[in-house]
Parts: sequence; structure tokens; C-alpha cells
Amino acid sequence: MLQEEKKQLEIFALNVREDIVKSTTAAGSGHPGGSLAAADYLTYLYEKEIKVDPKNPEKFDRDRFVLSKGHSAPALYSVLAREGFFPVEDLITLRKKTSYLQGHPCMNSTPGIDMSTGSLGQGISAACGMAKGAKVLGLDINVYALLGDGEIAEGEVWEAMLFAAHYKLNNLCIAVDVNGLQIDGKTSDVMNTEPLDKKFEAFGCKVIKIDGHNFDELEKAFNFFHENKSGTQPTVILLKTIKGKGVSFMENVAGWHGKAAKPDECEKALAELENARKSILGNRE
Amino acid sequence: MAEIKKIATRESYGATLVELGRIDKKIVVLDADLAGSTKSGMFGKEFPERFFNCGIAEQNMIGVAAGLATMGLIPFVSTFAMFAACRPYEQIRNSVGYPHLNVKICASHGGISVGADGASHQCCEDFALMRTIPKMLVMCPSDDIEARQMVKAVHEYDGPVYIRFARSATPVYHDENYKFEIGKGEIVVDGSDVAIIATGIVLPEAVKAAAILKDKGISARIINMGTIKPLDAEITIKAAQECKKIVTVEEHTIFGGLGEAVCGVLSENYPVPVKRIGINDVFGFSASMDELMEYFGLWAVNIADTTEKFLQK
Repeated sequence: MLQEEKKQLEIFALNVREDIVKSTTAAGSGHPGGSLAAADYLTYLYEKEIKVDPKNPEKFDRDRFVLSKGHSAPALYSVLAREGFFPVEDLITLRKKTSYLQGHPCMNSTPGIDMSTGSLGQGISAACGMAKGAKVLGLDINVYALLGDGEIAEGEVWEAMLFAAHYKLNNLCIAVDVNGLQIDGKTSDVMNTEPLDKKFEAFGCKVIKIDGHNFDELEKAFNFFHENKSGTQPTVILLKTIKGKGVSFMENVAGWHGKAAKPDECEKALAELENARKSILGNRE
Repeated sequence: MAEIKKIATRESYGATLVELGRIDKKIVVLDADLAGSTKSGMFGKEFPERFFNCGIAEQNMIGVAAGLATMGLIPFVSTFAMFAACRPYEQIRNSVGYPHLNVKICASHGGISVGADGASHQCCEDFALMRTIPKMLVMCPSDDIEARQMVKAVHEYDGPVYIRFARSATPVYHDENYKFEIGKGEIVVDGSDVAIIATGIVLPEAVKAAAILKDKGISARIINMGTIKPLDAEITIKAAQECKKIVTVEEHTIFGGLGEAVCGVLSENYPVPVKRIGINDVFGFSASMDELMEYFGLWAVNIADTTEKFLQK
């Protein structure tokens, strides 16, 4: 990937991180940790990969995306707004009465949301239905889904993986945000879900493990998916990520799973992100 | 009325699916390893490319149906009522109900009449669970004719629906001129001393009960309530005004089903005494259908007896 292109993605992701912190602080609640972890994946997905049209969100032959870990909605809302699905200024209405930005994604409220999610384990089943539906209809589209590594303790996820492999859903690209933390602590302590690569391989998927914050690797992972489409297996991208990525005091702290920054903490976080922006732009010269 | 033939409403479902499948390519059918029993397999046999067995994984099946519905397809989802309504309740609530997707959940083997399989498979809670989901329609046909028309009606309707079909063959009660309408009850027998409101395969029993009561000088109005939600408030309130006392009959727990739906409408509009006949806070057990229906007071003689005692109060 060209350096200039990578810098643009990094700036886009920084804007998303600012939106996540601002909107959850304005709401007084929400899930900044997992949203920050998913910011780079969602940035790459919407900037480079998925075929959707912000001017025509319901376009029938668009690709689909399902945020199975629905609590990372602040990240998805920011990306959708910055892609032009709705005004960026509206992001601070998150979780407020009369806002179309619900605490968890609602397909009937928000342009660009393909499935209502929030109850863990369910989005992946809907993504399987979309991928199967595309095949029934003869639509050559891709279906993307993002799961959390805590979420995959839900049995339904593995029911869905059986379905995806059985029906040869090679048009399904599943990413797992492996940040290693969930509400009650480390995933390895609460309910160990590793080794994820072996589990997904055993369930009939093609698996690639990457650094979920590295755009070169994200590009490689989506290329891997496109190569796999000539075969019959679904693709799984294991994203090694850092919960709270980009805000030093939130990084790798389970406590930031479902808690918004207070106004002073928000200021501190935004100052850090601003420094990161300067550093990226500084490298431009 | 002559009982000419008996057909299980699940058979009516399977046959109608095939009929609709021929005219609407958007219909897809899902089952969870019970396609032979639910009769969804009839569709699968004729349209294998639009039939997806999901294996014994009902939660995923509901989510897959939701995803298919977002693609503009019309999924009909079948398994036993216990595994269609109870096991994946939360999936139905969040992945189908909340986004208001066009998924038709068509369960077979509802109620106590399931028989010898016992309590684990006798689903007497499905109406109650499905009624709690906003804008979910809940229905139960009383015979083959109504079942066929109900399947066609929900195919035309855009939104989530739950229908319970029965395992056992029951009398075909309506004639071909019958016209089912979503949300409309039907006065089957007119009467003025009491109104008996029934849903599903206990309806013919209620009709027989009316004949027994007539011999005792009691004029019972029999109402067939094919749609439990939205309940036909008009026919219910009118029955209360004209008959003064109401009996409800359902193959379901008395909590949260037809009986309480009727009580809800009446207590807010025209309160009269209501007697709910159903399963009263107990689980069923293994026995034949006939034995269970008798034990739980759902046969005509039982309904007539309970109604007579209720009127004496």
C-alpha cells in the first residue's frame, strides 16, 4: 500500500476514534473499548473493501455488513457518517431520546445499517442468511461480519459456523476482534475461547491471523478472502487488536468495555489523538 | 354436522407451502431436522434449491431466516413449537421482532395433543411468548381449511408471524366457502347464554359442547379465534355484551394465551366473568392424545361440564 494512502486511512481512523470518545462521553454511556479496537478494521472495510452507496443505502445489490458485536456501534456510526450516510454532527446524539443512533445498531433507524444487532451471537446467523440469500438470488455480493472474541462463547456462533461451511458460503467474510478482554476481565480467564484459528479451521473455514491495526495486513487479509472465493469455504480474519487502542489510559483495560470517559478524561483522550494526528501529518513532509 | 374427514393441520401447511412455492419464487423454507414431521419437507422435495435444513440448531435457524428476509426473500421456518417458540425466543425477539422482518415461524406439534412424547415436547407456552413480542402476529388454525387459508394470508402479509399447527389429525370443520381473515374471529354457532371462545383444534370440541349444552337448555355462542394476536376485540366485546359470560378454550397454559388476551380486552372495555379452560400451572405427561385431552378438560363433555358449572356460579 502506498504511504500516502496509508496516511489517509490512519487519519480517517483517528477521526473515528475521536468520534467514538466524543459521542460516548456526550451520551454518558456506551462501549469505547471495543469500538476503538475495531476502528481500523471498519475504516479499511468502508474505505477500501465494501461496495455500498451512501446516496442509496438500500441499493439491492450492495455488499452487506453485520456488526455482530453490536456494542461497537459508536465506531460503525462514525464510519458510516464519514462515508456520507448521515451527518457527522449527528454522532453526538448517540443514545439520546429521539436520536436515530440507538445504543446498539437498529436497521430501521439508521441509514447504512444492514441488520439490527446487540444481543451477542445473533448477527453472525443473519450474515449467514444474507450470504445464503445472495446465492439463492444469484447476486454476486459479499457479506462481511465482525464478531468479538468474547461473543464467540455464544453457542449460536458455532451453529452459524456449521451452517456457513455446510452451505459453502464462500461469499462470507467473518472478522473476529481478538482483543482478549471482555466485561469481567481477560477472555482467557472468563471463558477461554482460544485457539481460535484451530477452532475456525476445524469448522471448515479458511483462516488468516493479522494485526488488526495494520492497514497493510488488513489489505492482505481481504485479498486472502477474494482468493478464497474461488473455493467453497467461508473466510475468517482473526484481528489481533488492543481494546481501547489509541487512548493510552483505555488500552488493555477491561473496565473501559462499557464505560464512557468523563469530560476531563475525554479531553485527555482527544489531546492524545490530536498528538497522534500531528505525528502522522508531520511524517508527511 | 357430519365429520367427513380428519386431517392434521401440519399436512395442510406442507401442501399449501408447495402450492405457494410454485407461484412465488421468493419463498424459502427452513427446518431443523424435523422436515418429515413438520411437513416442510414436502416443499423441500419439490424445491430443494429453496429448502435449507439447518440441522438441530434452532437459534441459528431463526437468525438465518432473518438474514434471508433482509434480502427480500420470504422465509417460512418450521420445527416443533417447543423449539420454534421457546428455545429461540430471544432470537425471535431481537433478530426478527425488533427489526420487524418478514419471517413466518410455522410450528407443528403445539399443545398437549402431542401426546406420548411427554412434557418435554408438549409446548403449552408458545402463544404467551409470541404475544409479548411487539407487532408479532399469533395464530392457530382450527382445521385443514382454515390452516390452508391462514398460510396464504400470512404469505400476503409483510411482517413477522407465528402460527401453531397440530400434530394429530382433527376433523375438517369448515367448508370450502370459509374465508379466513387475519385478526377476525368467526361466530360458528350463535347463542346468548354464554360465549365459548376457542382456538385451534379444540374448536370442534367447543361446537360439540354447544350441542350438549343445548340439550340442557343452555344457548352457547361458539367463536373461533384463529388469530390470537391481534385479538378480534369487536367480536369479543359483543359476545360479552350479549352473552354476559365468557369461556375460553385453548390447548395452552391459562397464563398469557387466548384466555388472558380475552380477559385483557374485556377488563378494559366490558368486564364480565371469564372462565379460562387450559393447562393450569402444570406440565403434561406421556399419554395418548385422547387421554391427555380428557385429563386437561379439553373434550366436548369436559367443556360443556365446566361451562355449566361456571354458569351456575
